[in-house]
Parts: sequence; structure tokens; C-alpha cells
Amino acid sequence: RNRAPRDPAAALRMRAGSSHSSAGGWRRMRARSVWPLMAIQAGSGLLGRMEICIAEAEKRSGKNAMSMQETFTVYLIETRLTDAAADGRSPAPNFLWRRYSEFELLRSYLTVTYPYIVVPPLPEKRAEFVWHKLSADNMDPDFVERRRVGLENFLLRVALHPVLSDDRILHRFLTEEHGWKEVVCDTGFQAKADSRLRALNASFRVRNPEKCFLEMKHYSDQLQSNTAQLLRARARVADRLYGVYKVHGNYGRVFSEWSAIEKEMGDGLQSAGHHMDAYAASIDDILEEEEHYADQIKEYLFYSEALRAVCRKHELTQFELEMSSQDLVCKKQQREELATGIVRTFSLKGMTHKLFGHEAPEQKEARLRLLEEMIEEGEETVRVKTAEWREHVDKACEEMRRFKEQTDRDLREALVNYAVMQISMCKKGIQVWSNTKECFLKM
Amino acid sequence: MSGQAVPVDLSGHMLDLEEDEDLEVFSKHHSSAADGGSMPNSPSSMVNQYRLEDEEDELVDTMKDLLVTVDQPESHVTAIETFIVYRVVTKTTRSEFDSSEYEVRRRYQDFLWLRGRLEDSYPTLIVNPLPEKFVMKGMVDRFNDDFIETRRKALDRFLNKVSAHPVLSHSQHLHVFLTAQDLLSHRKQGPGFLSRVGETVRAVAHSVRGLKGRPEEFTLMHDYVEEFSSKISSVDKITQRIAKEQREYVDELKRCGPTYSLWAALEEDLAEPLRGVAGCVERCCVETEEHIQYLSEVLVPAVHEYVLSADTVKAVMRRRDTIHADYEVKNEALALRKDEPQALEEEVGRLAERLELANSALKGDWCRWQEGMRGDLRSAFVSATEKNIQYYEKSQPSQWIKMPWHILGRTPFFMPSLQFHSSTLHKVQLV
Repeated sequence: RNRAPRDPAAALRMRAGSSHSSAGGWRRMRARSVWPLMAIQAGSGLLGRMEICIAEAEKRSGKNAMSMQETFTVYLIETRLTDAAADGRSPAPNFLWRRYSEFELLRSYLTVTYPYIVVPPLPEKRAEFVWHKLSADNMDPDFVERRRVGLENFLLRVALHPVLSDDRILHRFLTEEHGWKEVVCDTGFQAKADSRLRALNASFRVRNPEKCFLEMKHYSDQLQSNTAQLLRARARVADRLYGVYKVHGNYGRVFSEWSAIEKEMGDGLQSAGHHMDAYAASIDDILEEEEHYADQIKEYLFYSEALRAVCRKHELTQFELEMSSQDLVCKKQQREELATGIVRTFSLKGMTHKLFGHEAPEQKEARLRLLEEMIEEGEETVRVKTAEWREHVDKACEEMRRFKEQTDRDLREALVNYAVMQISMCKKGIQVWSNTKECFLKM
Repeated sequence: MSGQAVPVDLSGHMLDLEEDEDLEVFSKHHSSAADGGSMPNSPSSMVNQYRLEDEEDELVDTMKDLLVTVDQPESHVTAIETFIVYRVVTKTTRSEFDSSEYEVRRRYQDFLWLRGRLEDSYPTLIVNPLPEKFVMKGMVDRFNDDFIETRRKALDRFLNKVSAHPVLSHSQHLHVFLTAQDLLSHRKQGPGFLSRVGETVRAVAHSVRGLKGRPEEFTLMHDYVEEFSSKISSVDKITQRIAKEQREYVDELKRCGPTYSLWAALEEDLAEPLRGVAGCVERCCVETEEHIQYLSEVLVPAVHEYVLSADTVKAVMRRRDTIHADYEVKNEALALRKDEPQALEEEVGRLAERLELANSALKGDWCRWQEGMRGDLRSAFVSATEKNIQYYEKSQPSQWIKMPWHILGRTPFFMPSLQFHSSTLHKVQLV
């Protein structure tokens, strides 16, 4: 979807003799973690007690729920307790394999169980915002590698979170390979999940959402739009820059052929040609570095959705509180009318009574009693809803403040690193062209 | 019309050797010209002399006895057409010129005429090519300022090359071109078109017959030029392609800057780094635009000149082959004819001498051409690399761009002088 159109002259670009071309577009290597400094923030939380990493990814085949053969990737989660063992030896690491769908299940559980927390996002399901050299195939080794890094990042984020890191289901996800799925489903979280329709309805009809949520909702929209635009623009620019560098590789080939017919110029041309080949090849590393920057921005694109979810939850609790409060007020008014006979509000029943006579006193008593019961229930509902609402507001406000600080901190780091990358790229360019100049001077 | 005459004033200047140091340099220039006119002794001695000439040309421009400039392009409007006219200024100390300074107005067609005359007069000398008649792809408007300037530079170069040529610079036609106020009357004279047609017909006839006795050195020359032509054409295409790719790159990059700066307007803590990156991106755009302009207006024309020049050399070689074939045909006829050989013998003798002169002219000019090519392309490529270095130096995010570098917690290894005190950061400006 976001690929640049391939032009027929792309062949000129490609004949550059890149020594790094593989099916995925660059050489396979272990990608760096998304936030290299993150693990340092361990502190006293889960990450302070335990090392977590996703060491490997592997292809597996098996039969799925419908007994059809399928191929999927599994990821090796390695955990190691950092508490010193009693006898001074470091404890053995724990290994287990998980597939992407299990991560999704864990995240669903966390979002339902902690609706006031901005739950860290998973890496994208399908590759988006890639420039055309990068494969969008889920089975592509480079994509799998990036996903491994993304999933590891997810676990680290969760393990660092002051609230999420204490969750038992999370602990069991990290330590018990078999049976975890059943345990998660047994919590019954899926039943507690808010229906999309209910949430949407609430968003439209809520009257007085808290100011901080309105602000955060607005912020999440901005964050989403800005990061998405940035990623799109960057992918297009990367594609073009790739073209510029790769065409220079043609100089390498031509200079080499030309040097064969020259006497004095031969050596200079030949060595200049080699530098041009090196220049053309250098873009692969440069763009891989930049992909790393894109991953950082992408995480916040997905984070914006998680933030939005917290705001939506507030709108829902707010709306339900408003509805139940309103309902209670209505019932109390009905009771008053019934008790005093004074009709304050127009109702058909009231009118028919006036016109067609009163009901019997026993019927009136029965109705009054029913109303009293309903009012009691209503008051209980309002109490519960208010408590829910209160809890969500308090915890979410604190969480959103924490999240905003984290966002500012992380994005600052990403942007500074981007500038550093640009400096590095320029220095490499100066180096190559200085070398080339020396060769031409010898011509 | 052998065109091999040694410059007349040479002997006079030789006597002034002791008087002025500069004249010594000046006479060296002429002595090399003399050798170039007759048979060279050895290629290496010629090479040394011409290298000296290159250095001299750079240092002591005023020591040339014929200095030509092309400038002041102006639009000239008549009832029929509009065209550009250039001013051609000549400063000379040569005695064959009545005055020491001339100023005339010439249009592109006049240059074409001059070149045609030079080729006719000296069929086996390599005359510098002219910029192409029609615009290069990418630009449509021949009244576009950039196009006119590129053409003017190329015309200036052409005239300078011709006036620096030991033989061509003494051409009658060049004289007329530089001095006559009204060139049109001179243009109507001379063979021109018809002789060229005749030449082509003969060339085709000879190529059908096949040339038997071509000396090996010319075959080697021919093979070299074929290969060189192909390579330099590739370099031309690649360079143009790079300019095109950079154009597409900068068009995309221009959309990136605003993405960052618009976002910066909505943020507080993030505003500084966002604006910092926006600044980097914008600076990069400016530098890339400048680089594209350099490629299109400087490097591509310099390389393209040698694409055309290679074609010129090929044409020269074809003409030489024709002259050779003319001789061969008649020579063979002579061998077969037993009666009345006298007239034919004379003709064959003339043709043989003509061939000798043509061959030696070409050999001499070939060395000159090679040295010129090497020098010109070397300086063009060196300048291009310097431009690239400048490009990266100027688009590199300067340490003075307002970025919170301190969050890295340490000095980046390539910025040893960077201060991490917040007070310093507040003082900086975007360079």
C-alpha cells in the first residue's frame, strides 16, 4: 500500500553491485532493541528482579483449530531471576515458546483488566509504512527479526510498568508454557470486555467528560496523526535516497571498464570506481539505522490507540454513571408524584388517571413499594457506578500523566538519535567523496 | 590548404628571451606550438610540453597572445525571428590583427559556421565541439536564463579552445569571425554545404569498398575512441540520472520538514527537538537543490562536451580514412595502368602527400586531444567530488542546532567540543 511505484529504469539502480542484497533487501543480522537504554530503568519492579528477553524466533508447522496445516512463527522467551540464589550461584534461565496470538491474548487480558492503564502496544501485525525494498511478507526473515525485537520491547514495557508488572497472569505467561491459555480464559476477562457498540454509543452521548480526558483524547488524535504522517513521509524519502545512492554504483562499473583502455588515467579511474561501489553499498546500513528510528516512532503511533482506549473507557463509565443517575432521579420523581398526587411532569398515565378516575389504594401501595425497591437498587447502582468512575478517573489521570512524561522523554531521545544518525551519514559521505577526490587527482 | 604553417611572429619573439622572465614562459608556449605543427619527435616530449601549457594557461592568462571572451547574451528581435546574440571580445598582440582589441556580436549560427569552416579547412584536426543545437531533455525553453548561461559558457569554452590551438587559432575564418562587424557577407562565400555532401558520398563509397592499408596506430586510435565514446556516454547518462533521482528525493524531503515543524507548534517539551530536526531537513533540502543545479549546469555539460568531442574524433578518423582511400584507389589504378602514367602519377603523388600531411596533423592533434581530455575530465571530476564534500559538510546537523544533546548523557564521540550545560544550549542559534 505504501510502496513507491517501480519504474522500468529501476534496473539501472539495481545494477549497482550491492554486496548486501538478499531477499529481504539487506543483510540479515540481529536488530537492535527498540529502546537500547530501557532495561537500565529496571529499578525495584519486575525487571529489577528478573531479566527478560526474546532470544530466538523459529518456524513451526502444526494443525490449527480446524485441523488444517499451517505454518507459524514461535518466539523463545528467556527469563532469569536476578536474585542471588541461597548458595551464591545465579539461577538457571527459564525458556518457553510463545506465538504471536498468545501475546495478543495477554494484551487483551491486560486492557480489559486494567482499563485505566495505557497498555503498551504490540508490534504491527502486518508490515506497514515500509519503503519498497523492505519486504511486507510475514514470513520474511527480516520482518520476523523486527517482530522479535518488537515483542521483546512489549514485554520490557509491561515489566517496567508500576501497575502491570505485578500481574499474576503476566508472571505465568513468562514462566509457564503449557496451560497458560486455559488460565487466562478462566479469569473470565472476555466476558468483561466492553462491547464496541456500547463504547461508541457512549462516546457520542456522554455529556460531561472530565477535562483531562478531553485533553488527552485530543492529544492522542494529534499523536496518531503526526506519527503516521512522519512515518509515511520518511518511508518515501528513504525510497528516493536509496535510488540516489544506488545509481552511483553504475559509476563503479563504467569507471572500471573505462580504466581498461586508459594508460595514465587508468589507476585513478579504477580506484575511484571502487569508492563509488562503496558509496552505493553504504545506503543499506544507513537505511537500516533509520528503520530503527521508524520503529521507535511506530511504537508511539500504536501507543496513541492505547491512550485513546483509556479515554473511551472514561466516556463509558461517565456515560453509564450519567444514565444511572438520571434513571434514579426519574424514579424518585415518579415516587413523589405517586405519593403526593401532584403531577409535576406530564405523563399519559397521569392524564388518563385524571380523566378516567383513580386506581384503588392497594394498587397504589403496590406500585409505591415496587418503586421503592427500584430506587434502592438504583441507588446501589449509582454508588457502584460512581465508585467505578471515581477509581477510573483517579488512576487514569495519574497514569496519563506518567504516560505523557514517558512519551516526551522517549520521543526526545528518538529525535536526538535521529539527528546523530544524520551527522554520522554526512561524515561517511565526506569520507567517501574525499577518498574519491584523491583518486581523481591521481588521474 | 595544409594549415601547417608555423606562426609568422615566432622568430621575432625568440630574440627577446633575455629581456623578460615572463617572455621566457611565453616563448616556451610558442616553441611547443611549433613542434605541434610539424612531426613530433616523441609522444612523451610532447606530453611534457603540453602539461606545461596547461599550467601556464591557468597562471598567466594575460601571456596568451589571443584572448577571447563570450559574454552579455541579449535577446535580438526581428520581424521574422527572435534569437540570442552574444558579445565576443578579443584582445590580441598578434601582428596579423590590425587592432589589439575587437568587439563583435555573434549568434549561435555564426559559431556553427565558424566550426564548419574550420573542419573544412583542417579535416584531420580535432575541432572542439559546440553545445548542441537543440535543448537537452528536461528543459523546453531556449530563452530560459539557465540554458542561455550554460550555452554561453560552452561557446566561451569553444572559442578559447580554438584560439589556444596552435594551428586553428591562425585560421582565416577565425580571424573574420573575431573581427568582422558584418559576418553575413563573409558567410556567403566558401564551399560549405556542397563540399560536405561530396565528402559524405565519397565516404560511403569508400566504406563499401573497404580500406586496406590503414596503419595500425589509426586502428588502435579508432578502437580506443569507440570504447571511450561508449564509456563517456554512460557517464553522461549516469550523471543525468543522478540529478533526476536527487530531484525526486528533494521533492519528497520538502514534505518532511513541515511535518516536524507543524507538530512542534503543538508541543512544549518536544518542540525544541522537533524544530531541530525540521531545521536539519530544511537545510538538507536547500543543499540538495544547489547540488542538482551544479550537476545540471556544470558537471553534465563538462562530460557532455566529451561525448560530442568523441563523435568529432570519430568523424575526423572517417575523413582520414576517406583521404587514405582516395589515395589507395588511384594508386591501385596506377599499378594497373601501363599507358600514359604521367598524369596519373602526378595525381597519385599529390594524394600521397595529402595523406601524409593529414596523418601527421591527426597524430599531433591526437596527443593534444588526449592531454586536453585528461586535464578537463580530471578537473571536472575533482570539482564534482569537492561539491559533494561541501554538500555533506553543509547539510550536516551542526552542533549548534537547538537539540537537547545532553539527554544522550555523554559526548557523542564526533562532537568533542560540545558543551552540556543548559546555559550554553540557550545561547545557540540555528546555523
